[in-house]
Amino acid sequence: MSSPSLAAMTRATLAKDLRLEWRSKDAINSMLFFALLVVVIFAFAFDPTAEESRRIAGGLIWTALLFATVVALNQTWARELRNNVLDAYRVSPAPPNAMFLAKAFANFIFVAVLQMLMTPLFIIFYNLRSIGPVWQLVLIGLLANWALVVNGTFFAAMSLRTRNREIMLPLILFPISIPALMAMVEATTQVLTGTAQVISGDSSPRFWIQLLGVYDVVFTVVCLALFETVLNAE
Amino acid sequence: MKNAFVIFALATLALLSYGLYMALIVAPTEATMGDVQRIFYYHVPSAWAAFLCFAINAVASIWYLAKRGVKADAIALASAEVGVVFCTIVLITGPIWARPVWGIWWTWDARLTSTLVLWLIYVAYLMLRRFSSSGRAPVLAATLAIFGFFDVPFVYLSIRIFRTQHPQPVMGGGENSGLDPTMAHAFLWNLLAFTCYCLLVIWMRYRLQVAEQAVEDAHAERALGERA
Amino acid sequence: MSSNNTPGSANTGSKPAVSLSDITKHFGRFAALRGITANFVPGKLYVILGENGAGKSTLLRIITGLLAPTRGKLAVLGSEDLRSVAMRVGYMGHAPLLYDEMDGLENLRYFAGLYGIDNDELCSASLARVGLDPALKRRVGQYSQGMRQRTSLARAILHDPELLLLDEPFSNVDVSSAREMSRLLGVMRDQGKTIFVVTHQAPVMEPVCDESVLITAGRIAAREQGIPPYLLNPYTQEVSK
Repeated sequence: MSSPSLAAMTRATLAKDLRLEWRSKDAINSMLFFALLVVVIFAFAFDPTAEESRRIAGGLIWTALLFATVVALNQTWARELRNNVLDAYRVSPAPPNAMFLAKAFANFIFVAVLQMLMTPLFIIFYNLRSIGPVWQLVLIGLLANWALVVNGTFFAAMSLRTRNREIMLPLILFPISIPALMAMVEATTQVLTGTAQVISGDSSPRFWIQLLGVYDVVFTVVCLALFETVLNAE
Repeated sequence: MKNAFVIFALATLALLSYGLYMALIVAPTEATMGDVQRIFYYHVPSAWAAFLCFAINAVASIWYLAKRGVKADAIALASAEVGVVFCTIVLITGPIWARPVWGIWWTWDARLTSTLVLWLIYVAYLMLRRFSSSGRAPVLAATLAIFGFFDVPFVYLSIRIFRTQHPQPVMGGGENSGLDPTMAHAFLWNLLAFTCYCLLVIWMRYRLQVAEQAVEDAHAERALGERA
Repeated sequence: MSSNNTPGSANTGSKPAVSLSDITKHFGRFAALRGITANFVPGKLYVILGENGAGKSTLLRIITGLLAPTRGKLAVLGSEDLRSVAMRVGYMGHAPLLYDEMDGLENLRYFAGLYGIDNDELCSASLARVGLDPALKRRVGQYSQGMRQRTSLARAILHDPELLLLDEPFSNVDVSSAREMSRLLGVMRDQGKTIFVVTHQAPVMEPVCDESVLITAGRIAAREQGIPPYLLNPYTQEVSK
């Protein structure tokens, strides 16, 4: 028996998580329904013209995704608590970071699915049309997705061990994510409204995209460094 | 140790009194804003004190994760609590200042916004401590503190650039405006007084926490010795 | 009084499989374990008995490394670094430690992967050993309790561990299944494994037990050869001093 490698364990755990999700559809269903609800409520709360929509759509879409992500994050860890199956992982020689990465990738995939389903909805409800290049929106979407999911997966694991598990996660995730949220909203808005070229100085979406990129790298490293500590906290 | 504490407390009291005198009596009234501007002598030093608290919290948390010492955890908890209090002072004095001067309660300026985000992060820290079981709380909280520590540069950077792109009134003259020498004098004395006050309260809270921990340990020791 | 002498043991040369030194565990003000010091030689089947809340599960979890002691040191299979021997230790918890939405074989395949094992036949063999049909496609969530416990045992012995730690393996299991599992444990002990079983059902383990350990209020109250009559009846497991 070879000593388990990080990549192999991650792949195995990711496959397991995706299979479990496919069978139970816990996370995806809750996410989708919740996101849909949020979109509809926003549509009632804000009744904007086409021009206004472009300005606020960035904020709306990322707020909706943020709330829906929290729902998914709670679900993916909840599965490990049933039957205490997390104990079986912890006693095995498999590296803890493999479980972290597997969960983070799984969440990334779920949120990406959500993004792909919700974007058309937003386009329809708000008559959106992007003035800036669409590939920038895709890039922002990927970086922002990881920014939310990497910290979210970590904090969901942390809040597993607290009394008010479901409320604890957004409570600790949102403040830490504020710079990333600012970046994703500003970048999206600038691309949608095409204002990137208009404002002078250090203000193209490039700055915000770079901020997101650095944020992603820094916090991925921090999460990987500290996950084992948190997993084994009592 | 106790003597040092008392001496430090008295010195702090003296500094605070002198600072009060300087701020309210000696410093001249500001030209455009009037006497309301005197909040500046408390608003900015409080922000500085909060920042100092969170720096102490970051160091103590890293030290705790490395050595798992009870004292490190006590310092982390004490500095977080005191930091949240100072943040609250900044967030309250801000609107009190802004309302008469600009007619708005809140300006989303860089300092106020950053302080709000820090306040949120450290309130989350305190809630995490409260809602975890007593064995895990120090480890989880120290981990969160390290996340907060790495987040701070991003917070300041993103807010500053946001402000550059969406300009708004700046409170306290920002970083560039000059200060009348007497005002600067009063400001510095209050800065020193608040620094000492901040450290004093952290010290007090730390001693309280260590004492509480000692009581818990004594109970646990007694439980050990008991028969079934 | 805790006794450090293993009754009738002549194994003074071999290193202990599990070595505990002043193991203490507090949960807040509650002392779950109070300074347990003991050595357990390899190749024996130990049955750990005691009332609820005496600290049996806590002790097992500390040996697996799931829980860290408040004080004290321990060595498992000769090593103080518990993670380094994780490959050679098998654990069965009080809860099933299985995924409800997968069937038995899928569960085992996944957990085998965690030990670096990529061998379907091994998984099937493990299931067969505990008397289950590897081809059964039903999800674990729909198993009976007996089947679930057996699957959990199959998971624990999958990687052929030297040291096996079982926490209440027979809870809610019917008597014949329990006897089967107990017999299997005896066979494994005969192959040289060291086995710890925490259970309330001493009679089931009596035929295969080498040594019984009575834990009362966080301390080892007694260690006996096999399971003597006074320990067979749970109502007399309070040893008066």
